[in-house]
Amino acid sequence: MDYFVEILLIALSASIINNFIFYYFVGICPFVGVSKKVEMAFGMGCAVTFVMSIAAFLSWSITVFVLIPGAPVSTFIAGFFTTPEAAAQIDLTVLSYIVYIFTIASSVQFVEMYVRRFFPPLYRSFGVFLPLITTNCAILFACLTIMSHVAGVDNPKAVWDLGKAMTLALFGGLGFTIAIVIMAGIREELELCDVPKPFEGAAITLVIGGILAIAFMGFTGVDSGVKEALTPSPQVSQAVVHGERVALLDIKDNNIQGVRMP
Amino acid sequence: MADQPTALERFVQGILPENPVYRQLLGLCPTLAVTNGMKPALTMAVSVAFVLVCANVVISLIRNLLKPHLRIVVFTLTIATFVTVADRVLAAYMFQMSKTLGPYIPLIIVNCLIICRCEVCASKQNVITAAADGLGQAIGFGLALASIAAVREILGTGMLMGFRVLPACWPDWVVMVLPPGAFITLGLLLGLVNYIDDKREQARK
Repeated sequence: MDYFVEILLIALSASIINNFIFYYFVGICPFVGVSKKVEMAFGMGCAVTFVMSIAAFLSWSITVFVLIPGAPVSTFIAGFFTTPEAAAQIDLTVLSYIVYIFTIASSVQFVEMYVRRFFPPLYRSFGVFLPLITTNCAILFACLTIMSHVAGVDNPKAVWDLGKAMTLALFGGLGFTIAIVIMAGIREELELCDVPKPFEGAAITLVIGGILAIAFMGFTGVDSGVKEALTPSPQVSQAVVHGERVALLDIKDNNIQGVRMP
Repeated sequence: MADQPTALERFVQGILPENPVYRQLLGLCPTLAVTNGMKPALTMAVSVAFVLVCANVVISLIRNLLKPHLRIVVFTLTIATFVTVADRVLAAYMFQMSKTLGPYIPLIIVNCLIICRCEVCASKQNVITAAADGLGQAIGFGLALASIAAVREILGTGMLMGFRVLPACWPDWVVMVLPPGAFITLGLLLGLVNYIDDKREQARK
């Protein structure tokens, strides 16, 4: 049950509350560039979701099996050269950026070839966007988020498993699709409007994006409400929420004003 | 290569005539994400400048070895190497700032600005031109980031880098330092730049 609630919270947070575009600003280039027609925007969203899921699966596996200290593969290989204790200490996470970008670039290549060979209709609908996705920040951002929950986490229980990583990728992609399709819908209507000349194109798109971001801010706090509703014993969760609030106040007082409230 | 711009032209073009943010609309992710304050914006600009100049120089040195179909992969791997260096240096000497910038430092790897400069300039021209181009574009990027950060920080908190600019009775527009403020500020500034452009075009005629 707890696991289910956590998955649900990750899904809600990735798709709506902390939307990739409106909260983290990743994937803005396609958001401005490919949001002129709803069909194209939807194709782009599907392609991003698809690649993001594959990249998340690969980067989670590589991080867990190769990069983190004590990972099976790196320990096994280093075991030939050093003592087992030293081999278990090897930390390859410094290479993570290079490994991830290589993973993304090669998986995009393979997906493109595979889809073109075996699913021609699918290729016609979103294949043209695939090469663009290599340099889409949203994919790398999903990989980095997963890494931050796998590597360097003190509490072993807080480490994400593959299910959580895939949930983040799938629903992050869904949130991206929602955002870009809404934008394309608005821009199709905007064709009929009389936009001031300096604002034509990117400028008005960004202003609309800002207004949409204000709308999405309305979802802030939904996750804590859902958590409270789904957690079995309400008193415990109340205490947790209260405790967090006290901690937040403490940090605020210490860091910003330099004095602790009496 | 007589038709290619010289080093000085590349340098000057990058700053205003071909400003990466306002003219080419490149590198929008960091532009929007880190401009809620002047300090993160400047740190980001310096990191991008370092990566851009280094990547341009290296790509320019190996430009004769590049195979056309593999060049984008080579670009991104070169950039990723320098981003790792920048990220480690930031984590070592400015730990708090590196926490604030979070994932946006590694996201420099997929900043279209740097890949675009490698493609347009560094893979075709010599080292000095490539370095000048990288420097010019980086200064232009820094100026754009600073302008957006200044607007957002002054309107959002009434202060600029810790100094009070607006009187204390200013009602802080908190939304300006939140995500929506980034979109709106950049949209309005972009409109303003286009408007000034149009005026100058008309004045010339």
